[in-house]
Amino acid sequence: MAKLRTRKHKVVLARSVGGDMGITVMLTILGIFMFLPMYYVVIQSFKPLDELWMFPPRFYVSKPTFKNYTDLFSLMDTSVVPFTRYIFNTVFTSVAGTFGNLFLSSLAAYAMAKIKFPGGRGMFKLVRTSLMFHQTVTAVTSFILMSAFQIIDTYWAIIIPAWATSLGLYLMKQFMDTHVNDSVLESARLDGASELKTFWVIAMPMVKPAWLTLIIYSFQDLWNRGASIYIHSEELKSFNYAIQQITAGGIKRAGASAAATVIMMMVPILVFVISQSNIIETMGSSGMKD
Amino acid sequence: MSQKTARKKAVARKDMSKMQWTLKEIKRNWVAYLMVAPYMLIFTCFTVIPVALSILISFTDFNMLELPKIVGLDNYIRLFLDDDIFLLAAKNTFIFAAIVGPASYIMSLMVAWFINELSPKIRAIVTLIFYAPSISGQVYLVWGTLFSSDAYGWANAWLMKFGIINAEINFFQDADWVMPLCIIVALWTSLGTSFLSFIAGLQGVDRALFEAGAVDGIKNRWQELWYIVLPSMKPQLMFGAIMSITSSFGFGGIVTALCGFPSVDYAAHTIMHHLEDYGSQRFEIGYSSTIAVILFLVMIGANMLVKKILSKVGE
Repeated sequence: MAKLRTRKHKVVLARSVGGDMGITVMLTILGIFMFLPMYYVVIQSFKPLDELWMFPPRFYVSKPTFKNYTDLFSLMDTSVVPFTRYIFNTVFTSVAGTFGNLFLSSLAAYAMAKIKFPGGRGMFKLVRTSLMFHQTVTAVTSFILMSAFQIIDTYWAIIIPAWATSLGLYLMKQFMDTHVNDSVLESARLDGASELKTFWVIAMPMVKPAWLTLIIYSFQDLWNRGASIYIHSEELKSFNYAIQQITAGGIKRAGASAAATVIMMMVPILVFVISQSNIIETMGSSGMKD
Repeated sequence: MSQKTARKKAVARKDMSKMQWTLKEIKRNWVAYLMVAPYMLIFTCFTVIPVALSILISFTDFNMLELPKIVGLDNYIRLFLDDDIFLLAAKNTFIFAAIVGPASYIMSLMVAWFINELSPKIRAIVTLIFYAPSISGQVYLVWGTLFSSDAYGWANAWLMKFGIINAEINFFQDADWVMPLCIIVALWTSLGTSFLSFIAGLQGVDRALFEAGAVDGIKNRWQELWYIVLPSMKPQLMFGAIMSITSSFGFGGIVTALCGFPSVDYAAHTIMHHLEDYGSQRFEIGYSSTIAVILFLVMIGANMLVKKILSKVGE
């Protein structure tokens, strides 16, 4: 019998050895299924040409090389728009979209969570309902509205909609509900602090885990954007779009495209590694009661 | 004055009608409106109005160049009676969502539960391994390499080496293969938000409940899961369900990236592709809005249904 001790009480719960083993085996198989493809991309990106063309393909590399990475940059030199421009586009829209979203969503979440005003609950319910459908439903009609606002084919077409995501507001509001103490806010108000000041000085520092969560969600969504129906000009297109163009070049570019994929995926993964514990903490209050 | 006592006092006052009280509250809380205004303005412009507009346009014939013509239910009739590809897409979407939605939901829950008793460091690493595919953008294109149509693809190479097949299988261009493969790839990327939410929910379960359960005669971990763990994390189960369902309808991008557009014989054509086809390629905005409205209703309907089912957990 394997034993599990509960933290406060020394009670031994039943855990069958067979069950433990079964679970370990299941987890291992699933883990391999999840991990192998990721590992394969990384390995591919370090393979020299002759190893890329080996039959059957190998899951390891004998003579690792950085040539695929350097090739990537020389490949992009031949494109109409400089490679760095694509990177700039993605970094700029990701950063501008993420910080706008963080600020506007927190501001609205604070009002909805901590100030009772007519319509506040209704607005939150509306946002919560919108979690239930995917954005593609509104893509075409959003296009019509953006044409009316004349922001088609500008950075704004990507950035402005990203400022008001439903998931961001939802997670922030739920977290504020459970982690911001009303009595602290009340005493700040009694001391004469304005509502905006209370929000910025008292509430915001208390919800740092939720900021990080919102940042990673918003950032990885924007970072991973490919071709968009709202952008036509080559010089405004994203890094991800440029990578798709390389991959479309076929098998000859297998190495370069693997290198590009690795660069793309490293960024969100690193951000997640840094902020994992905060994200899990935020998710603790993500539950939906009714 | 706290909000509750304010409301009690206001209601107790006979000289003020509900309407007057509301107006007074609106005036008193003007700062709150100021704070939600920027968010709500953008949310309304890019989420609320587009949905409303889709519903309106779905009753018209509209191509973005001329003024829309009202055609009543014609688009809906055409969609259900005259568009075989839509029916095929509806079938594919249903298969996709019915497999990927529940499978990813159960997989997220089970993995989260399995790793719950590991030490925090190992748990963090395992979490990363399972979560990484869902945030790594287009890394799913690697499946195109693994299952590529020539002998340099991993699957073909090994199948040929062991003599199971003689000629390469053109996996992503073969109508028999595209759906199963796309479902596998979708599952691979599906341990996302709901997974994290379950991990957090499990960590929040009060450990004292396990002791009480052991006293009450809970014999194994499965009973523990059903009688203690799941009922204590119901809010997370609800939120996770919404995330899983919504994303199970949104895997169109993976299909397009791996199989091209349209997929071979429309074998993996979903409602989302149909919408894209009419909306951003043929510019039949009226018709594409009809498709969007149907998709919208299906997603909301699926969510409502699952919410009902989940409210029965542990009862």
